[in-house]
Amino acid sequence: MDSQLLQYLPVLILLLVAIGFAGSTLALSVILGKTGRRTATKDIAYECGMLPEGPGSARMSVKFYLVALLFVLFDIEVVFLYPWAVIYKQMLRENAALILGGMVSFLGVLFVGFLYALKKRAFDWTR
Amino acid sequence: MDAIYYLDPTTQFVLFSIVKIVVAFVITLTFVAYAVLAERKISAWIQDRVGPNRATPFFAQYLPVIGPALVRLGIFQPMADGLKFLLKEDFTPAYVRKVYFWLAPALTAIPAFMTIAVIPFGSTLGNPNNPMVIADLNVGILYSFGIVSLGVYGIVLAGYASNSKYPFLGGIRSSAQMISYEIAMGMSVVAVFMVIGDLNLSKVVEYQGANILHWMAWKQPLAFFIFLVSAFAETNRLPFDLPESESELVGGYHTEYSSMKFALFFLGEYANMIAASAMMVTLFFGGWAYPWGGGAAQGFLGGVGHIVCFLVKMLVLMGVFIWVRWMFPRFRYDQLMDLGWRRFIPLALVNILVTALVLAALND
Amino acid sequence: MSELLPSALFYAFAGLALVFGFLCVANPLSRNPVTSAMFLVLTIVSLAGLYILLHAFFLAAIQILVYAGAVMVLFLFVIMLLNLEEEERRKIRGITLGLGALSVAVIAGILIRAVVAARPSAGTTPLVEGGIRNLGHTLFTLYLLPFEAMSLLLLVGMVGVILLSKKDLK
Repeated sequence: MDSQLLQYLPVLILLLVAIGFAGSTLALSVILGKTGRRTATKDIAYECGMLPEGPGSARMSVKFYLVALLFVLFDIEVVFLYPWAVIYKQMLRENAALILGGMVSFLGVLFVGFLYALKKRAFDWTR
Repeated sequence: MDAIYYLDPTTQFVLFSIVKIVVAFVITLTFVAYAVLAERKISAWIQDRVGPNRATPFFAQYLPVIGPALVRLGIFQPMADGLKFLLKEDFTPAYVRKVYFWLAPALTAIPAFMTIAVIPFGSTLGNPNNPMVIADLNVGILYSFGIVSLGVYGIVLAGYASNSKYPFLGGIRSSAQMISYEIAMGMSVVAVFMVIGDLNLSKVVEYQGANILHWMAWKQPLAFFIFLVSAFAETNRLPFDLPESESELVGGYHTEYSSMKFALFFLGEYANMIAASAMMVTLFFGGWAYPWGGGAAQGFLGGVGHIVCFLVKMLVLMGVFIWVRWMFPRFRYDQLMDLGWRRFIPLALVNILVTALVLAALND
Repeated sequence: MSELLPSALFYAFAGLALVFGFLCVANPLSRNPVTSAMFLVLTIVSLAGLYILLHAFFLAAIQILVYAGAVMVLFLFVIMLLNLEEEERRKIRGITLGLGALSVAVIAGILIRAVVAARPSAGTTPLVEGGIRNLGHTLFTLYLLPFEAMSLLLLVGMVGVILLSKKDLK
């Protein structure tokens, strides 16, 4: 096991510790916690004292879907920025035009998409 | 104690890691508990109130002067709160989706604790082979972003599991807010890594280590500003606490939760705040390095000094989090989305472009 | 111990990926689409573990960040948007079953051929090491054109999603 691979072992241990912590606190509260009576009123969803109306999960706006999909697309863009950022200074010495131009054109094309989204008011939540 | 050095390197590494993980975990939990107290005390101070000053354990009355003073400072309040969370009724209402109702609090707390893994919280404690970081990963920052992005599930599932309108709206709103600001956050720090040329956070600290003038906060002020504001949105804190804005959504995604399950959400929020502060210290304020520089510690005491330096910087930033909460009014949802998408993304892109041009000009 | 650990972890992650993948498509206990989505997240995380064992550290981080953290959140949003409660039970017809089996056989054939042709040996070194520096260097010199083409693909995606979700286009 080489050094960089070995560094992921503590991550695994930390994951187990975190899961153990969350699980044990939940279990402890079940064991130690008071058990009250279950009444009909207690089992009603909280709606500021009014009786709940309709199904629990309301229909949500399609805008949330739009945000989630745009998020995926922009996330991919961000992911490509990182390898570029890391080698940028080194590549400047080798081929400055290529490394700068490559990313400027990539971002330029995506910025057109961003402008289109702006124009179509994809980020406008007032309406 | 010396026997540990005769073990093979892997076993030794694993043992050291377990010690570091346990210590870091306990320290984070203590910080969470006392961050809650600090928040209550500071808010009381800002609003000209007294704040928690009643919790008195049985032994406090036997201490002559210190006991009452500690009680007045509310030092015992977090212990009382913790005990109360454990002993209260853990109620699972009948209409909820049971499995996810139990899973959601755990899924909020676990990623919050996982993010601390890559943060270098000190140099060494004398042994140069044992740096004070749980996992010295080369992908550093991408690991943190990955884990942070998993934190969304706890909130979406809490809203879904509660099967009730306020939590549902809160959960959806909050997750849309978090993913929106993840983009701005991810883009803002790209400029920092262009200057440094490595994603490993230990290298980031090393780069800024020389002295206070090398801190990234001065070199990339725009990146720091975007990261700071996004961190508020990511941790769901005022002025961006829309998921739980009391006046419209009661408690947001944790409206239906009680007892320890609610406590885990609370814990997750404060652990996220600690992780965000620690990340900002590492990226922008030189990590564990003193303002006057000086490399890795030689002895045990020097190492402890670095850890204290890191914690002090972190506490200052957490103070900013708490201060901002009581200083700014809440944003409206459309203003929040507008800020994230229409202002910060172009701003971060311009910052990247300017940094690229400056670096190109300096290179020739 | 240190020699045995990677292979033990490999079998653990591979096994988990298979189990979670199976539970994602054919969970005997639940037909809730959210449950399937959550098992898919777990499958993706297990695959990230396999990537780490293959020294593809950057790829593992991306796997978590993009697939587990972004694409699956989108899936959950869509499930909630459509208000899917329980997957409907459909009658499986013979022709569907036949076509399904055929496509599985074709994909399995391609996979087996690829695995046999690869002839893995213990000493092979990867073309590009998992480090982000080498990857970036290759991406921005050798594969610059596919990278630029990607931007067009993302642009098409962006325009498409806006067209699909906006009713009142001006």
